Amino acid sequence: MGEGMQNSRVAGRSAIRFRFRGREVELAAFAPRTTLLDWLRIDQGATGTKEGCAEGDCGACTIVLVRRRGGEVSFAPVNACILLLGQVDGAEIVTVEDLAEGTILHPVQEAMVEAHASQCGFCTPGIVMSLFALHESASVPPARDTIRDQLAGNLCRCTGYRPIVEAAERAGTRAGASPRWWGCDDAGGDLFVGRDEQFFAAPDSIETLAALLVKHPDATLVSGATDVGLWITKGLQDIRKIVWLGRVAGLDAVSDEDGSLKLGAGVTLADALPLLREIHPDLGEVMRRFGSVQVRASGTVGGNLANGSPIGDLAPCLIALGATLELRHGGVTRTLPLEDFFVAYRKQDRRAGEFVTSVTIPKLAASDQFRAYKVTKRLDEDISAVLAAFRFEVVDGRIGRARIAYGGMAGIPARARSAEGFILGARLEDEKSWRGGLTALALDFTPLDDQRASAAYRSLVARNLLKKALMEMRGAPALDLRIAAPRPLSQAASPS
Amino acid sequence: MRPDSPDEALAVVRKPLAHDSARLHVKGAATYIDDIREPAGTLHVAPGLSPVARGRILSVDLSAVREAHGVVAVLSAADIPGKNDVAPAYGDDPLFAVDEVIFHGQVVFAVVAETRDAARRAARLAKIDVEAVEPAVDFDAAIARGVTVLPDYEFGRGDAAQAVRASPKRLSGRFEIGGQEHFYLEGQVALAIPGEAGDLLVHSSTQDPTEVQHVVARVLGCPDSHITVETRRMGGGFGGKESQANQTAALAALAARVTGRPCKLRLDRDDDFIITGKRHEFRADWSVGFDEKGVVSAYDVQLDARCGCSADLSTGVVDRAMFHAANSYYLQDVAIRSRRLRTDTVSNTAFRGFGGPQGMLAIERVMDAIAHETGRDPLDVRKANLYAPGRDLTPYGMKVEETDTLPALIDSLEATSDYRARRAAIAAHNEGHPVIRRGIALTPVQFGISFTLVHMNQAGALVHVYQDGSIHLNHGGTEMGQGLFIKVAQVVAEEFGVPIDWVRITPTNTAKVPNTSPTAASSGSDLNGMAARIAASAIRERMAQVAAQMWGLPVDGVTFREGRVFGGNESISFRDLARRARESRVQLSEAGFYKTPRLDWDRATKTGRPFLYFAYGAACSEVAVDTMTGEMRVTRVDILHDVGRSLNPAIDIGQIEGGFVQGMGWLTTEELVFDAKGRLRTHAPSTYKIPVASDVPDDFRVALFDNANREDTIYRSKAVGEPPLMLGISVFSAIVDALHGLAPGRQVPLDAPATPERILFAAEALRG
Repeated sequence: MGEGMQNSRVAGRSAIRFRFRGREVELAAFAPRTTLLDWLRIDQGATGTKEGCAEGDCGACTIVLVRRRGGEVSFAPVNACILLLGQVDGAEIVTVEDLAEGTILHPVQEAMVEAHASQCGFCTPGIVMSLFALHESASVPPARDTIRDQLAGNLCRCTGYRPIVEAAERAGTRAGASPRWWGCDDAGGDLFVGRDEQFFAAPDSIETLAALLVKHPDATLVSGATDVGLWITKGLQDIRKIVWLGRVAGLDAVSDEDGSLKLGAGVTLADALPLLREIHPDLGEVMRRFGSVQVRASGTVGGNLANGSPIGDLAPCLIALGATLELRHGGVTRTLPLEDFFVAYRKQDRRAGEFVTSVTIPKLAASDQFRAYKVTKRLDEDISAVLAAFRFEVVDGRIGRARIAYGGMAGIPARARSAEGFILGARLEDEKSWRGGLTALALDFTPLDDQRASAAYRSLVARNLLKKALMEMRGAPALDLRIAAPRPLSQAASPS
Repeated sequence: MRPDSPDEALAVVRKPLAHDSARLHVKGAATYIDDIREPAGTLHVAPGLSPVARGRILSVDLSAVREAHGVVAVLSAADIPGKNDVAPAYGDDPLFAVDEVIFHGQVVFAVVAETRDAARRAARLAKIDVEAVEPAVDFDAAIARGVTVLPDYEFGRGDAAQAVRASPKRLSGRFEIGGQEHFYLEGQVALAIPGEAGDLLVHSSTQDPTEVQHVVARVLGCPDSHITVETRRMGGGFGGKESQANQTAALAALAARVTGRPCKLRLDRDDDFIITGKRHEFRADWSVGFDEKGVVSAYDVQLDARCGCSADLSTGVVDRAMFHAANSYYLQDVAIRSRRLRTDTVSNTAFRGFGGPQGMLAIERVMDAIAHETGRDPLDVRKANLYAPGRDLTPYGMKVEETDTLPALIDSLEATSDYRARRAAIAAHNEGHPVIRRGIALTPVQFGISFTLVHMNQAGALVHVYQDGSIHLNHGGTEMGQGLFIKVAQVVAEEFGVPIDWVRITPTNTAKVPNTSPTAASSGSDLNGMAARIAASAIRERMAQVAAQMWGLPVDGVTFREGRVFGGNESISFRDLARRARESRVQLSEAGFYKTPRLDWDRATKTGRPFLYFAYGAACSEVAVDTMTGEMRVTRVDILHDVGRSLNPAIDIGQIEGGFVQGMGWLTTEELVFDAKGRLRTHAPSTYKIPVASDVPDDFRVALFDNANREDTIYRSKAVGEPPLMLGISVFSAIVDALHGLAPGRQVPLDAPATPERILFAAEALRG
């Protein structure tokens, strides 16, 4: 992570290159919107990988991308249904058919059989691949909570999961036959497959990216494709010009200085998780519950912010922390407070050809208190009904500066400026002094009814979460106010 | 057939063998219909859906659809050679809408194209103009309109309303119960391959190949004999592929008939949600009379079901809700009344439990209400009302003969779950914790086994022994993950005394075993296991006679075990005996047939016996509830369940665990949201939330209750498919218990599913 490409400049390439079934494959002609799953099932007749939902929510299509970077081999489980074929450039694709050697099953497969962990079997290939990624990455037997985190993006309708978790435990670190997946190196160079009217491009430097976007301001920017994938599979959009950001050197840079964490737009949510957890355990918990392992392996910080979804979880957390966003157009960069980037529902302050380069997140000072809560119908892998984040400067039990941000309460992630104003000067010990802030939330938001929650529920929860934050800052033990405490550091899933 | 051998003599039955496809599942080598290598020239079908819920069709302009890239044909009702009807019974589910649409997403036309992508894109180019009418979506609108899909029905005993009024204590209330999407991981899919002279082979992901065969023949206007339906396996069914597989199969078949080419339809997940039926929503208006100890003297309940736009299977579904409206409790004076309401929404259908869970949940809700009113422990109220000798007549008049099992099972679970001590600990915790409240509940299940439509309780099997001793097994049951195929194979292997892998399991096929019933009502092993055993037993008898003659011994001295056949001091391998039998011109093939005994329910006179026996179980669940947000976690579950003498304990445990979790999902996170225009807003896993791994408690203890079936079922086992789903009711009751602590003595205003929103508003109401 963060190293970027060190190769000397390679001339542009017009074909993607990856490994599949033990061979190197070059593809120079494919529709830019082709998904990896369609390529596997339709073009290759590789039907072991299943389509369950075509929106990255059920995990039946999970495959593993093995990448080699600077001597390190990483195993990323991803949803093939919403991954674009071009995104496998520089990776080895490992599918469920690759795991067994003849009649000898991989330890994960063997344990799945022993534990009676398949019934109808349709989710099984995806589950095997998620557990395979965990198995190949783990050096110690995984804890049950780690296994459950790993499986949050794999739906099973038959078993009730207990035997699947048992299978992962049984497989533990049991050694398999000799590994036959080596990963693949990025071949370097700018990648441009197609022609000016229809292409899949993956520039390898920020300069060529900027130039390409000036030339094609109408191109669709793709980072992890965890949302764009759905525009294709569900919206049936005929996207013809795609610029993938996954190979841009330096776009996944991380720096940590002057009390700020700077995350490049291309940092995956998986890589951001431990960094954000260091800022505050609540941020780690929000990120643990963000999408699934598959979504976090593909999705990026920049993608989640630039997408502008009113229910993205990262934006309200980072707005409360006071983050600033950096954008670039051609050779020109600018920065703005993150909250100002969100203009209206699905409309951001980003002009054609401009792209997000990084977000800078101020860390907490000793006098700062922070809390974040994600409220959903289902605890894991669910989009927030309400996400609330609070950063208060507390001096002598009194609230000085206050930043409050919510997701799910308006068409955009937004600050609760009235509540921020009214909570100033409130004393943690004096519940009556909270009242102004609690009441003022009604001035800040007029939420909507939708399938996730009613407006009335959202309003009440928004208020209760502010109250809960104040109760916790006053000193209530977390377990008195929460049904699930943030996961201890050692147990959280952290794919390599 | 011979009587059962004692358990210790059984070599294959009762063994925890792995699912027969387990190794294929984990290798991605199990073939589902979309994985079948497509014959050259296969075309793909996509449905075109109604944009509104109800109205008169003014025009359907398909010109842009026809002209779209890759389109080969566009189908509508005019292309149907037979009847425009895919309904299971009542003729009210058209394949394509004509003149009017009756729910949002109803299929109006279909596109046939060179690729699935081209078909889906073309389908969106239609211009469908409908004169929209305000749809009736919810209970109140349906009742106000007063239209039902089927006549009202009721049964009972005595004058329940009068008896409630005369009771020392009374309660009444209204309780709403949400529906449920099946969310089988493999969506609806069919591949139709034309043969010569009008033959058609249809690969269908269906629980009822016979019905698909019959419906396809009806749509194509040909005899059933021209259509063969094959089903190797489904990627989940849960009732959602009983009648609901018909339309997908009929669309593929019609496309194949019109184009003369193989045609496949695999529904997109969102379309699958929108087009196919779900578990019925119910509303229960109840009143109950009882004494100070909570013993019920009278129960009067109106069960209203939201059936959707057509009858489908609503006769049986709502009847089963009524049959289970008493669960395991004796209700002296009782009235169970039902209405099958028509709404302008997708037609609701079978779903694991088939209405039973809804009827059962209502009475369990009432048990909690009685406990809260009397101040007694809900478990004590439940125990006081269980069927017992002399208090053993169900509301429909069938006598419960096995009254001793459930009290013993509950007592055992009460002890092993440490219910009383944990209740005390929870009360102590809740004293000091106003925000996070805990709750516990132990609830029973008594589920009637048999199709309540008597004629459906039949099954066939086809067994061949080949000259090399290998065995071919086929039967009318379908495999949807429940382990039916391995169980039936175990029965056949036991009969022949051979290892399990000598028995070749083959796809369900209407050409091999005809006129079958759907694999439903938990009856798969009971029916098909018995039919297969009858077939295998007949072949075995004939083979035994060959051996007896060969050795000059009486036939009853011949035994089959460990792949050999023994008699006196002689023995021969099973394989050699098969060869000898063939050479002796002895038939080594047999079609077995079984029909369930003792069933004589008469719906018109409301008399007789609808069930052969009952399956029992109980679950104890503990939860924690956040009363500031409504979030909920299940922290421990203990289950004790009665599967009779298990055919395969590993498979049965899998059914119990999976059923419980599915029931828990139904009552907690799984919420179907229809908007005012009748559009389903939760039509994909992003918006419809079934349980994930972290929703299942780490502390999850499941055990089988040792209890041989008193009826002569296959190896004295009991059905297991549906009953465990209702163990999930314990989670709902535990949430009610947690909330009740906020205001003891008051009734908890909580409907199902208990989403965070409903939990929070219930807590607010109790505190307010």
